[in-house]
Amino acid sequence: MNLAPILPELILTVGAIVLMMVAAFMGRRGSALCSWASVALLLGASVTLLGEPQSAGALFGGLIQADGFGAFGKLVIYLCAAVAIVMAHNWFERDFEHAAEYPVLILLSAIGMSVMVSATSLISLYVGLELQSLSAYVLAAYRRTDDRSAEAGLKYFVLGGLASGILLYGISLLYGFTGTTQFEGVAAAFAREGTQSIGLLFGLVFLLAGLAFKISAVPFHMWTPDVYEGAPTPVTAFFASAPKVAAVLLSVRVCLDALAPAIDAWRQIMIFAALASILLGAVAAYGQTNIKRLLAYSSINNVGFALIGLVAGGVAGASAVLFYMAVYVVMTLGAFLCVLRMKDEKGESIEGIDSLSGLSQTRPGLALALATFMLSLAGIPPLFGFWPKLMVFNAAVAEGLYPLAVAGILGTVVGAFYYLKIVKVMYFDAPGRPLSKPGSAVESGLIVIAALIVSPLGYLLIRPLGQLTNNAAGSLF
Amino acid sequence: MIAIFAFYLFATLTIASAVLVIFARNPVHSVLWLILAFFNAAGLMLILGAEFIAMLLVIVYVGAVAVLFLFIVMMLDIDFAALRSGFTRNLPFGLVVALVLLAEIIVAVSAWKAGPVTGGVQPAATNQPNIEAVGELLYTRYLFPFEIAGLILLVAMIGAIVLTHRSRGDVRGQKVWKQVDRRPEDAIRNLQPKVGEGVKL
Repeated sequence: MNLAPILPELILTVGAIVLMMVAAFMGRRGSALCSWASVALLLGASVTLLGEPQSAGALFGGLIQADGFGAFGKLVIYLCAAVAIVMAHNWFERDFEHAAEYPVLILLSAIGMSVMVSATSLISLYVGLELQSLSAYVLAAYRRTDDRSAEAGLKYFVLGGLASGILLYGISLLYGFTGTTQFEGVAAAFAREGTQSIGLLFGLVFLLAGLAFKISAVPFHMWTPDVYEGAPTPVTAFFASAPKVAAVLLSVRVCLDALAPAIDAWRQIMIFAALASILLGAVAAYGQTNIKRLLAYSSINNVGFALIGLVAGGVAGASAVLFYMAVYVVMTLGAFLCVLRMKDEKGESIEGIDSLSGLSQTRPGLALALATFMLSLAGIPPLFGFWPKLMVFNAAVAEGLYPLAVAGILGTVVGAFYYLKIVKVMYFDAPGRPLSKPGSAVESGLIVIAALIVSPLGYLLIRPLGQLTNNAAGSLF
Repeated sequence: MIAIFAFYLFATLTIASAVLVIFARNPVHSVLWLILAFFNAAGLMLILGAEFIAMLLVIVYVGAVAVLFLFIVMMLDIDFAALRSGFTRNLPFGLVVALVLLAEIIVAVSAWKAGPVTGGVQPAATNQPNIEAVGELLYTRYLFPFEIAGLILLVAMIGAIVLTHRSRGDVRGQKVWKQVDRRPEDAIRNLQPKVGEGVKL
């Protein structure tokens, strides 16, 4: 059997198991080794994506697909995971006992996400999702001595278990009414029977409800703020980036592949989820005082915009979603890297938005970076965050979905308010207690890179990234 | 003939032990009756030709679930007499649940008579035992999800250790190599104490 198409997953699997043994035998001393080795593994796996993993086609009898779409998703996911590991390196170092297992869990989660983005069968979809989720539950509760972290882990676990149950119920209905778990078989059954079949329709609704939980789209978003607030900051950054990309890409593949003939059925659901996410994400973020909670609502809001691209469908829509998620993770990871810098004199992390007041005078560089990310998340034109928003709206308009595009743009305006509020706090309020001095150079470098990408310089990326996303989206059809 | 006899034997014993699960005064006895019910249900599955499910029943339900029940019943100090005293109070609710279940059984039976929901794919009739059939699929066609499921279990294990394990300072681990390395000369002294002098240690 030719294993080259799944080489990235194999590298990560073997690496994760070896590093697990290293962590088990070296304990705390192995944490630096594990971290950097995991980053190297993730980068190595990204390099191997260049060959067969993006062209080999259906594998294992159609359980997974090695195509450009999956390869693009994996690239983004591996890079996000690597950043999450780098972020955690300094965070856990101080006195944390199981710091060495953290990168191992991230690696295993990354394997689950690779399976998610390349799944073309309901079975591989489910096992990939479970592998990712189970690692995420553990990561959320990683600082078990911290009550908020333990609470976040438990909440995530219980609600995630419920969502998995709903998803599995939908899968079993689809299987029962189509007699197959392959995406193409499901699509054929939808084409044959249309949405007249109540059983198929129920299956579709439950499947999408389960996926909506994973991408934290309204109305299945309730867990997001609590989990994001309670989980350790590097873990929150991870949750807001890689798993979200994986779940959005999975939804794209499910909707445009397995459920393609039932577009009228899922389109209504996705339009509602998109608009509700945009509006709720924008309105509910208004009263937040904790920056991690605020970024949680921001992620809900952004998923809404990505879903607009999905609603538009077609190559243009799918390409817009990919482009959106790629830029979104850069902005989010940048914002979380800045949040990671928020420490008081004793080195304890602080998360209150009010502690940012007057940051432009005490730490001008950090304030500038955070302001860039915030304005970019808001989609304000000279910054790169504007472009993907334009792309999704373009895709929607090209499909004739004018009301959706208008509603989405109105949502952007509402959402801009709270991003601007943070900028206002940093630039126009009197300075409060100063933050402690910066930490590692690697993190600073990452902040600078992220800030450069979302700055107007990022527009240079439009052509290469656009080509990449177009190719990736084209491989879906 | 023997099949019919076996069916009635297993069926009667399943129902009888299920009744005894409820009526046993001692909760530990209840669990033991439950295990007997599982075994007989496994027997029924064997008669149906579903030996894989029969084995699953024994391994999963008897081996894991029932033992877990036993542990919990033994470890928790539950006053079952007090629980039972609420019998008449909870009776109406219990009757409602029973009625709902009865209605569901009736619906299920009538739906079953109406034929299968959709055509679906009918399994081909073969002489292959179903354990073999499941195993063949699991290790060929579904090898990939099977391996991923293995990774999920690995994550569960790592997670359980990470979230509960803490190294304690007061644990004195065994150092095997030190024990093996020890020579008789290091450990034994031959003394010849005189009468009335005792031993100096």
